Amino acid sequence: MTNVYIAGMGATAIGEHYGRDLADLASEAARLALASAPGIAPHQIGALYVGSAYSEELYGQGQLGAYLANVLGLSPAIPALRIEAAGASSALALYQAVQAVQNGLPLALVIGVEKVTDHLEDAIEAAQAMAADSNEEALHGVTLTAQWAMLMRRYLHEYGYTADAFAPFPINAHANGAKNPLALYRFAIDANKYRKAAMVASPLNLLDCSTLADGAAALLIAGEQLARELDGPRIRIAGSAVATDTPALHRRRNPLELSAARASAHIALGRAHLGVGDVHVWELTDPHGIAATLALEAIGCYEPGTAPRHAAEGAITPTGKTPIATAGGYKARGDVGGASGIYQVIEIARQLSGTAGATQVAHARIGLAQSLGGIGATAVSHVLIRES
Amino acid sequence: MNIARHWRERTTRYRLEGQRHRRTGEVRFPAQPPTLDEDPNDWEPYQLSGRGEIYSFSVIRQAPSGYESLGLYPVALVRLEEGPLVTAQLTDCDEADLAIGMPVEMVTRRLMDTGEDGVLVYGYKFRPCVQ
Repeated sequence: MTNVYIAGMGATAIGEHYGRDLADLASEAARLALASAPGIAPHQIGALYVGSAYSEELYGQGQLGAYLANVLGLSPAIPALRIEAAGASSALALYQAVQAVQNGLPLALVIGVEKVTDHLEDAIEAAQAMAADSNEEALHGVTLTAQWAMLMRRYLHEYGYTADAFAPFPINAHANGAKNPLALYRFAIDANKYRKAAMVASPLNLLDCSTLADGAAALLIAGEQLARELDGPRIRIAGSAVATDTPALHRRRNPLELSAARASAHIALGRAHLGVGDVHVWELTDPHGIAATLALEAIGCYEPGTAPRHAAEGAITPTGKTPIATAGGYKARGDVGGASGIYQVIEIARQLSGTAGATQVAHARIGLAQSLGGIGATAVSHVLIRES
Repeated sequence: MNIARHWRERTTRYRLEGQRHRRTGEVRFPAQPPTLDEDPNDWEPYQLSGRGEIYSFSVIRQAPSGYESLGLYPVALVRLEEGPLVTAQLTDCDEADLAIGMPVEMVTRRLMDTGEDGVLVYGYKFRPCVQ
C-alpha cells in the first residue's frame, strides 16, 4: 500500500447561490483544486468520487458521477460515482478515494457538492430528516434539529447545565468565520445575543443552529510517487476510518454516546499510529454546541459532562487545547450538508500548511476531520499529518 | 400515496406491538428483522402497555413538509415501562408543563395527511397521564 497525499484543493464560497447551479459550483471547486496543483493535468485524473446528500431530493439530479464527469470533461473511461451518507457523504467519498489510491490509483478527484437553496425551509427540513429512520422517526414529524435539541435537553438535565453553557461554541465559530472569506456568516456574536435568540426547536435557539447552504469543494488525492513531484508542504492522509450506529436515535443504549464518532476517530488514529492527545487541530460536525460537545466527549478529548466547561475556558478557540471550527465550523462557515467533509479536510490541510491566516493554530502538524451523517449514524474520520 | 406502506405498519402504529425475546425477556419496539446472528424464532410479537415517561423533548417551530399544519408541536423520546425508548409526538399538553420524567401514556391520533387522494395516517402519540 502506498502513502496518500492531498495534491490540490479548492472550494467555492458557501451561500445562497441563486444564480448558480450544481454543475457550476462543482466545476469551480474542481478548477480551483487543479489550479492549486500546477504540476497536474486533468487527463491524469483516474477516478471521480462525488459526495452529496441532497442532490436528488433538493436538486432532482441522480447519477452525479456521470453527470459531473461530463461537466468537467474527464475521460469517459474512468470510474465516476456518487456516494450518499447524509452529512458524511463527501467524507465517505474521500474515504473511497483514499482506498483506491492506497491500492495503486495514481490520482483521484473528490468533490463534495450541495445545491439546496432553490427550496424553502420545510423541504430542507424534510430532506435532512431522511438521515433518520423513515418509519420510526421522520414519519412522526421529528427533524434532525429536534433530535439534537432533545439530546441537548437531556444533557442539560443529566449534567446540571443551563442552555447558556453552549454559547461558547457558536461564539467561537462566528469569531473564526468572520475571518474566512468563504464563510456564510462573517460576523461575530456574543453571549448576550445568544441568550436573546429566538427558539428553533427548544432548547436550541437560532444562534445555536447552522443554516444549510450551497457550496462545492474539491480535493485531488495522489499516491506517493506523484506527490513527490509536487511543490509545497506535503499533507498526508495518514489514517481514515468509517463506523456506523443505528439511524434511529431511540435504538441506542445511551443516546448521549456517539459510539460511531468514537470508533471512527480511534480506528483512524490507530491507523496513523497516533493517539487523541497527538492531535493539534480538529474539524467536527458542529451544527449545534451539543453536537460538538458529544463528539469531543465521544472521541475522548474530555470526560462526559465536561466539554462545555472546557469550552467556556477557551479550550476550543485557535489558542486552546482542542481548537475546533477554525474556519467557522458548520455554524458560521455554513452547513454544506454532504459537502461538509471536503470543506473540513481543506481547513485541516490549511492549518497544517501554516496558511490558515488569522485563525492559524500555532505549530499545528497533526489534525483530525470528522463528519457525521445524521446524529452520527455514519461517522467518518480522516487524520492528516504534515510531513517535514 | 404509500397506502400499502402505512397499512403494513398497522400493528406497530395502532397497538404498539413490538417483540419480546423468548429466553431473555428483552422487549424491543418497533419490531425488526432478526440480525444475522439471531435465531428468528427467539423473538415473539409483544404488545406494550403504552405507559412510560419523558426521556427528553423539544418543541418544533420549523416543521418539515407535510407537517406545517401542526404549527408548533412537541416531540419526545419516551422511555416505555418495558424498557425501549420510542420517538413520538406529544399531544394534549402545554409546553410549559412538560418535563423530563413526566409520566405519559399512548393515544392514537392522526400523524399526517398524505394529500387529497391519499389516506389519513394514524398512529401513536403520547399525552401526560390522566390522573
